[in-house]
Amino acid sequence: MRTVDQLLHEHPFFAGLDAEVLTLLAGCAANRHTSAGEYLYREGEPADVFYVIRRGRVTIETHNPVGGPVVIETVEAGEVLGWSWLIPPYRWLFDARAVEPTSYVVFDGKCLRDKCDADPEIGYHLMQRVAGVMYERLQAARVRLLDLYGAPGALN
Amino acid sequence: MPSTELGTHALEAAPDDPMLPRPFRVVARHQDTADTATLDLEPVDGPGLIFTPGQFTMLGRLGVGEVPISISGDPAAPPLRHTIRDLGGVTHMLVQARVGDVLEVRGPYGTGWEVADGAGGDVLVVTGGIGLAPLRPALLQLVAQRDRYRNVTLLYGARSPADQLYPDELKQWAARGIEVHTIVDHGTADWRGRVGLVTSLIPRANVDPTQTLALLCGPEVMMRMVTNALLDVGVDPGRVRWSMERNMKCGVGLCGHCQLRDLFLCVDGPVLDYPVLAPLIATREL
Repeated sequence: MRTVDQLLHEHPFFAGLDAEVLTLLAGCAANRHTSAGEYLYREGEPADVFYVIRRGRVTIETHNPVGGPVVIETVEAGEVLGWSWLIPPYRWLFDARAVEPTSYVVFDGKCLRDKCDADPEIGYHLMQRVAGVMYERLQAARVRLLDLYGAPGALN
Repeated sequence: MPSTELGTHALEAAPDDPMLPRPFRVVARHQDTADTATLDLEPVDGPGLIFTPGQFTMLGRLGVGEVPISISGDPAAPPLRHTIRDLGGVTHMLVQARVGDVLEVRGPYGTGWEVADGAGGDVLVVTGGIGLAPLRPALLQLVAQRDRYRNVTLLYGARSPADQLYPDELKQWAARGIEVHTIVDHGTADWRGRVGLVTSLIPRANVDPTQTLALLCGPEVMMRMVTNALLDVGVDPGRVRWSMERNMKCGVGLCGHCQLRDLFLCVDGPVLDYPVLAPLIATREL
């Protein structure tokens, strides 16, 4: 059985972080598993955790009273889920649901914030990584707004 | 041999006249999505077309017009196949064509994917929307000669699950050694696959960037983003190929409608190496 800091060491999100830092961060984390169909969090709930997906797939979705759940994006093995734990008022804006059996490392958000406050260098490295994820998802969302595949003039 | 009237003289058409359409009969039709259909065509007047994956024809009907449509059929076997999206007058007529209808075909025209250049290495096919259609002949070639290549990966983005082309073939290709990853912009309640942008699939591709031939077809914005992502991970720009589309009319480099600076995309393209295109696509309003 691998320890949490070993699991973190294998995850791309933490690539390049020193082993001591990973051990320190692992103190805020636990290894978990969720069955397909279960919600990791729901819109409006306190955002007090951060997920590092090791296996499986999770949808980020919102609920439409007319058409049911609307999937905005999927997150899967090798990626991370959730940044609302980082930004006040620490509340989830969307639902997150496992669509496959999903294994992940879950971090206590307050514990992580406290460690970042106590050691700004660790905080900087962590924020760099979170900002990178935000950047990629913002860029993807912008391009998707263009509705490229639906627009007339798409290639044939 | 059909003849062309000119004044009072009946002239025999040149046998290899590239501007002379040939009649092809629709022998099968499949509705792929709400606005897209695939037509199988057989020649009325002689042998079928010999084409290279990536080439296109001018497809139409007298009195309606003709449009450039990429060939989506198997280069190794008839019938001639085109997958057409209903985007205007001529394409609407084509999508509405029925079995037995006779259409006119000119071509094939343009450059091909030259898939064999990837032999011995990895091949990465990245496409979105109807861009899968011009890549289907290349994928069939890759499947048929699978042992000539290392990893072959298809990354395919679509607007929604219902907008995916060739869903059954995607499974068949996966079963025959192609690593297939799909993603959609908008999921549905029963969709269990990925939702997001096709570029997010690039880290999933099991390829060695230094030994990869990348074939891209889709909206130009998508191809720019995919190319940036590929170059970031170390793919050689000279091994990235795009299928470009402009307003092709004559198909033989005479009319200039598809001109992109000193290129005529109907003859110099549609498939071009990225270094040729890079300065052109960076120029606004070109």
